[in-house]
Amino acid sequence: MLTTVLMVVSVMVGLALVLNTIRLLAGPSTADRILALDTLYINSIALIVLLGLYFSSDMYFESALLIAMLGFVSTAALAKYLLRGDIIE
Amino acid sequence: MVFWIEVFASFLLMTGGLFILIGALGMVKLPDFYTRLHAPTKATTLGIGCILIASMALHALRGDGLSIHELVISLFLFITAPVSAYMVAKAALQRRTQLVEGTLNTEMSKNILERRPPGD
Repeated sequence: MLTTVLMVVSVMVGLALVLNTIRLLAGPSTADRILALDTLYINSIALIVLLGLYFSSDMYFESALLIAMLGFVSTAALAKYLLRGDIIE
Repeated sequence: MVFWIEVFASFLLMTGGLFILIGALGMVKLPDFYTRLHAPTKATTLGIGCILIASMALHALRGDGLSIHELVISLFLFITAPVSAYMVAKAALQRRTQLVEGTLNTEMSKNILERRPPGD
């Protein structure tokens, strides 16, 4: 039962990734694209955790944590660039 | 007992997947940037919280003891998600991204745009 549920949830998260990619490509303003990228990395963390459950391995959490930290830093840097035209003044 | 833990984890996994999918749908369907900001920030934190709790339950079921990795990830995400949403919203407001037709209280955003820093 658990394998089937993991498959169904993975398909849902993959569909969410495709929808976010549509917004990333079609977004009218740059802020839309930054928001789509932010959502994209959070959904990819969910997909990596699901993979770790499916293969019952502990190695996936470190990569999920790494993506979480780097994703937040990149979103902050992009928003800062949009706000001021420069990242480090 | 094991069966009921699996049922609980499956329920949490399905709830989290549905929240993530609804957030992405709102990302595509909603009309302007500020409403699009509302949909995925709430839905993805709630969805990923459900998935991480299910992962904790399944790892405890497997006999590894209660693992702390998922708690670290969810704590970090719950701290940083509002901060990044605030920064993106402020950048969009400064760039004068268009509001959708019929938005109420637009004079508040005009007031924010005319504000100056304290030492200026």
